[in-house]
Amino acid sequence: METKQQDIRFSRLLKLPMYLWSIAFVFVSLLYVLGLSFLTRGEMVGVTNEITFGNYLRLASPQYLNVLLKSLRLAALTTALCILIGYPFGYLMARLNPMARSIIMLLIIVPFWTNALIRIYGWRILLMGNGPVNSVLMQLGIIKEPLKLLYTDGAVLLGMVYALIPFMILPTFTTVDKLDFSVVEAARDLGASPLYAFFTITVPLTLAGLMAGCVLVFIPSMGLFFLNDLLGGSKSVLAGGLIQQLINSRDLPMAAALSVLLLTVTGAVIAVYRRVGGSDGMSMF
Amino acid sequence: MEPILRLKGLCKDFGEGPILQNIDLDVYPGEFLTLLGPSGCGKTTTLRIIAGLEQPTSGHVELEGVDVTNIPPEKRQVNTVFQNYALFPHMNVFQNIAYGLRVMKVSKQEQRERVQAALALVRLSGFEKRMPSQLSGGQKQRIAIARAVVLQPKILLLDEPLGALDLKLRQEMQKELKQLQRKLGITFIYITHDQEEALNMSSRIVIMRNGKIEQMGTPEEIYEHPRTLFCADFIGQSNLIHGVVTEQNGADLKLNVSGLELSACAASNWQPAKGDRAVLCLRPQRVRYGSQPQHGMNLKGVIENKEYTGGMQHTQIRLNDSVVLNAVSQTAEMDKYSVGTEVYVGWSAAHSPIVPDELEDM
Amino acid sequence: MKKKSFGSLLFLSLVLLIMYLPIIVVVIYSFNDNTARIPIAFTGWSTMWYQKLFSGRSGFGGALVLSLRVALWSVLVSSVVGTLGAIGMAQRTIMDKKHATKMDAAMEMLVTLPIMIPEIILGLAFMVIFNALGIRGNELRLVLAHSTFCIPYVFLNVKSRLAGMDPALFDAARDLGANPARVMRDITLPLCRPAIISGCFLALAMSLDDFVISFFVYGAGEGTLPIKIYSSVKVGVSPMVNALCTITMGVIFLAVALSRYLSSARAQRQKKLARS
Repeated sequence: METKQQDIRFSRLLKLPMYLWSIAFVFVSLLYVLGLSFLTRGEMVGVTNEITFGNYLRLASPQYLNVLLKSLRLAALTTALCILIGYPFGYLMARLNPMARSIIMLLIIVPFWTNALIRIYGWRILLMGNGPVNSVLMQLGIIKEPLKLLYTDGAVLLGMVYALIPFMILPTFTTVDKLDFSVVEAARDLGASPLYAFFTITVPLTLAGLMAGCVLVFIPSMGLFFLNDLLGGSKSVLAGGLIQQLINSRDLPMAAALSVLLLTVTGAVIAVYRRVGGSDGMSMF
Repeated sequence: MEPILRLKGLCKDFGEGPILQNIDLDVYPGEFLTLLGPSGCGKTTTLRIIAGLEQPTSGHVELEGVDVTNIPPEKRQVNTVFQNYALFPHMNVFQNIAYGLRVMKVSKQEQRERVQAALALVRLSGFEKRMPSQLSGGQKQRIAIARAVVLQPKILLLDEPLGALDLKLRQEMQKELKQLQRKLGITFIYITHDQEEALNMSSRIVIMRNGKIEQMGTPEEIYEHPRTLFCADFIGQSNLIHGVVTEQNGADLKLNVSGLELSACAASNWQPAKGDRAVLCLRPQRVRYGSQPQHGMNLKGVIENKEYTGGMQHTQIRLNDSVVLNAVSQTAEMDKYSVGTEVYVGWSAAHSPIVPDELEDM
Repeated sequence: MKKKSFGSLLFLSLVLLIMYLPIIVVVIYSFNDNTARIPIAFTGWSTMWYQKLFSGRSGFGGALVLSLRVALWSVLVSSVVGTLGAIGMAQRTIMDKKHATKMDAAMEMLVTLPIMIPEIILGLAFMVIFNALGIRGNELRLVLAHSTFCIPYVFLNVKSRLAGMDPALFDAARDLGANPARVMRDITLPLCRPAIISGCFLALAMSLDDFVISFFVYGAGEGTLPIKIYSSVKVGVSPMVNALCTITMGVIFLAVALSRYLSSARAQRQKKLARS
């Protein structure tokens, strides 16, 4: 079996750098975070070697629980809004003629490649007390006093949906584009109304893209701390922001514990996604 | 004559049940050997093991008496024409054909000469600069052949090379391949699931089934003397009449088929005993019928259906409640009987072997 | 039918309008000549913020250079590591299927993990592990971190390209006398080139774009471009950032449009070739 051995050796040689890299910087570093989460915070800085479950117990305290629930709720709301806007968008886009489609694709891709900070920063200007939105509303006589738009939960939600909606549109577009519309026509031919055909044929057949979109929106939405910084002010703290604050205040073990929890939620979301059958839609790029 | 290739006890198992079970095969220089069988019978795996692209789980491959089982494919003097051509899409025709020569560090001058000769051989001179995407299916096929033969392999392996071509082109290429093989004198091992193709081209056919060799022989042997029900069924059209052996005298025997008593002779490899279940394999073109007893048989039937297609007269004759025979003839002599006529039916027992019945898989 | 397509166009345009609203605002404000401390009112057109940005004292120049250096190194590392890894994982043609091991599946999961989990976790993980290993240099820290999340982009791109290729091509090259390394050089790498290039561009964009991970990995100093942008806009509005963003978006728009044009031109050329 020498031949086979040689070939295996060659492929191992090719894989080796990537495996070592991933083990060193992904596996070991995440393991290190896990270990850190069981340690105690040092007096001034750093950590002591005392092993404890205290960090995880503290996660169950109302202060942390509140933040977590709020983060999850925001992530769920973001995902729901992205579905409501992004799915129809991806669907309608896929049904356009090729010319219009490629123009819209270009228009979607440009912001997608633009730094999220820049785009969120634009909203910051728009939503300021004396910013364009308030000015226009006041000029139109709809409001008398400027509304408080910036530094609200609504602004954070807007920013989240805004930053993440391309991740819903693109996979939806891809699956709808691949869909053979003769099956929808067949459903219509068999007497289904357009709406009935849409919900019984189109939606189930494009579910893979929809679910990939949900995962791609839900997971990052739990960690985008700068969004909250720029649009929500620091008073409405979310999980990502909390980790950042804990790191800033040098409470690394607690930050690690919170990260482990977030990682568990992420793992659960991905596991559910795999279970429900969306296999490789994630590698849509 | 020494075999050019010898397979000894080849077994292959991917871990999901055996693919090949104890394949023994000798291939002789200059042969046009066809591995024939339905998909999944192990023919492609056998070919890949010969090429070195797959390693047998056990057993040996000997090329000109040298054990090459552990030699990687790049070091075997065996080349392959792949099913979907596998032309390198980023190289033009010249680069494709010259690839093997380039790897072997043949001089530029010799490369050019040999590529040109190979192109002339497949009648595509002047195509050097074309990219594979600019070629038709048949042209790709010829380039794939040129790419393999330019290295002057000891054996050329062809994995269903005509599978993707349409019928007319396929027939043309069959002829061309046969001529090419005669011209080059290289041993061809050819894979197909198309029995007609196998019968047309091969000097020898190996029928494979479920990872085993079912029967080997010249096209004529295979066609006229199938040894198993599978071979009889797989090669050409046959009336397969299932019955029980009632009388046996050497190779001559009597077969009871739902009340009818038929005389026949057993396939050469089989010694049937009384009471064995057996199948009579009767080629439609061997069935004779008329107003007089045929081949000394006192058998009568009623013409049930007649169809005339493409110069052939297809007739169905009912012998009794459960047995209907298909007959094919080209002669006008048997055309005169209309549907409903009672006729004598018969066939040459020597050309209609009886094979053991297979209860499980068929 | 007419009415329906009008409705759908209206919806698409509305969403796109909202998508571009903040971008348009940034572009307009970059030409604002208001010099107040929080310059919200639009008082007139001016290019002074662009002049200030390029004056050299803005600090953005150094941040841009750092961003580019980090991005180029990360692309270099990730393209080599990710491409070889993807090819290595696909080298199964000659082996028994049994060798498509569980190990490979687990490693694939691990390799792609960095782009699946929230960035902040990765940021924390890199920060603590670099500190523990005593890796102090800012640039090295950034390159290691960015390479880690760039590898999956290259890897996935090349992997899907390889999956779409006829494995018989590699068998054919072996059959014609090439050893595995030669097959890789002559067949695999040339055929993967488009995927490697697009993976590199994706990695480049992701590296230049990254804020969260860089923020945690980076120690003291001006930081990368996104870090610099963040620190300038966190407290208020910075007209210089408006100018910078306008330039960035202009460059991206041109780059995307150009790449689309080139790929469509290539497709046309191929169509023409196929017809001839």
